[in-house]
Amino acid sequence: MAQILVVAELSEGHARKSTLSAITFAKQAGLPFSILVLGASTSAAAQELAAFGAQKVLVAEDASLEHPLAERYAPTVAAAAAGFDVIAVTASSYGKDLAPRVAAKLGAGYAPDISGVTNSGGKLAYKRPTYAGNAYAHVEVTTPKQVVSVRQSEFLAAEASGGASPIEKVAVAPVDAAASRVQFVRLEAAKSERPDLGEARVIVSGGRALKEKFAEVLDPLAGLLGAAVGASRAACDAGYAPPELQVGQTGRVVAPALYFAIGISGAIQHLAGMKGSKTIVAINKDPEAPIFQVADYGLVQDLFTAVPELVTELKK
Amino acid sequence: MKILVPLKRVSDPDNANKIKISGGKVETTGLEWKPNPFDEYAVETALRLTENGANPKARLGEVLVVSFGPKEVETTLRAALATGADRAIRVDATDDQLDGDLVARALKALVEKEKPDLVLLGKQQVEGDSNQVGQLLAEYLGWPQATFAGSIKSENDTALEVHREVDGGSMVLKVTLPAVVTVDLRIVAPQSVSSKHSPAHKYADGVRFAALMAIMAAKKKPLVEVKLAELASDTALKIKVTGYEAPPARKAGVKVKTVAELVQKLKTEARVI
Repeated sequence: MAQILVVAELSEGHARKSTLSAITFAKQAGLPFSILVLGASTSAAAQELAAFGAQKVLVAEDASLEHPLAERYAPTVAAAAAGFDVIAVTASSYGKDLAPRVAAKLGAGYAPDISGVTNSGGKLAYKRPTYAGNAYAHVEVTTPKQVVSVRQSEFLAAEASGGASPIEKVAVAPVDAAASRVQFVRLEAAKSERPDLGEARVIVSGGRALKEKFAEVLDPLAGLLGAAVGASRAACDAGYAPPELQVGQTGRVVAPALYFAIGISGAIQHLAGMKGSKTIVAINKDPEAPIFQVADYGLVQDLFTAVPELVTELKK
Repeated sequence: MKILVPLKRVSDPDNANKIKISGGKVETTGLEWKPNPFDEYAVETALRLTENGANPKARLGEVLVVSFGPKEVETTLRAALATGADRAIRVDATDDQLDGDLVARALKALVEKEKPDLVLLGKQQVEGDSNQVGQLLAEYLGWPQATFAGSIKSENDTALEVHREVDGGSMVLKVTLPAVVTVDLRIVAPQSVSSKHSPAHKYADGVRFAALMAIMAAKKKPLVEVKLAELASDTALKIKVTGYEAPPARKAGVKVKTVAELVQKLKTEARVI
């Protein structure tokens, strides 16, 4: 029977929640799966991931894998992929950087950013969003080996099912010349007390209308709700919010239980990144703003009075 | 520096909600063709990297643009020539003959022929959003890659320091040329691209527009056609699209009149707080 290799995504030695969505993909595909953990220090993540019903947890540990560079990771992923038919990576900036290089190494077709999978008699077919989420394409990969990246917002994080998958070491494959021509300099990580956009139950997003008061207005609300903060492209381009907060077709794609769109008009590209949210609240003084067409609850008010009032009301 | 920039036209991304799906196919009738926005950013980046601060009329290097498609995509190529690219190639093909992998393999053959120092691409085209051609090409060439570049600093045109926009912030890489770089939105901010021969002035935010004179002049710039088969012997596709479906519609929401009403609904109706 065909088997899936899930490539874990790590952050500071622990599995990111995006990995758990990729595990859900494997379970939905109805095929046995193993998990591959790469890094300079893998034991914590390997232990965590041993509780999800994988056949095996494979670890490739080496100082050269400290930073997730595709040139260094792809050879080891491709080598570990022997004996697997489907290689599933997270559709994050990490996975999207890595997956095509793995596919090219394996001569495999690559289905990016998938939002659904079906298995009919062992043949997998995938669904993926296109045209800014206005059309879902049904695709099949025609090569014997397949690479997919899994959209976190469309697959619920797997729950630990107990048990302990055996943990096995795999060899770190030799790298090609490309690896010697790329050098990791540093990661300028956003310092934030808030949860990651991909992992938050509640997201408070703001648009250009907030201007320099972006943080001043949104932080109290986000803090109160334990929410992640997001932003529209316009707010990021204008410098009111850092680029990594951008929600949308070409930024982060999110689907929290509750999404606040505050002072966001609702351009197609923004909607593509948050339409899957369970409950959407829009606060905007323009009653014609397109965001109201997708909002479950719309409040036509000036955000500078509505948001502080919302904080007060929620504290009651 | 010689830079190759692959371009694609897309149906107007600002009206993507007007596409129709019928019989499992996407119809974009009535939507204008536009250059893929990220590809326009790649052209702008290439022009900035080859700018000559000392003599704005004589750029340092060459920008070669290439597009895969029928005759009509020459409009997209001419537009890039009008903003300053030097030369264009159209690889004759129709969209249904192509997938990202075949484009990457054909580009590899083109790179081996043209020998650019750098291939600059948009990080994704906004119809399929596949985000793959740059990475595939880099692997096929055995070159390093820097994806999702938000800024680029050229070090003597032999290496680039690239700030990549990643989920957790910004990852800084140094790649030695030749390399593949894919660009993100912020690459066209006023000070995102620099080299030792950059002009002293700051750029306007966004991509440059072509002057009428330049549009006329672009008609005389070289644009050649190449057959797909000349670049790729194996034209089998690795991805088959079997159909399209419309996304589920969201049910219409309600307008609330006050903040208190909103909070009450979130608590008792949606039960999310």
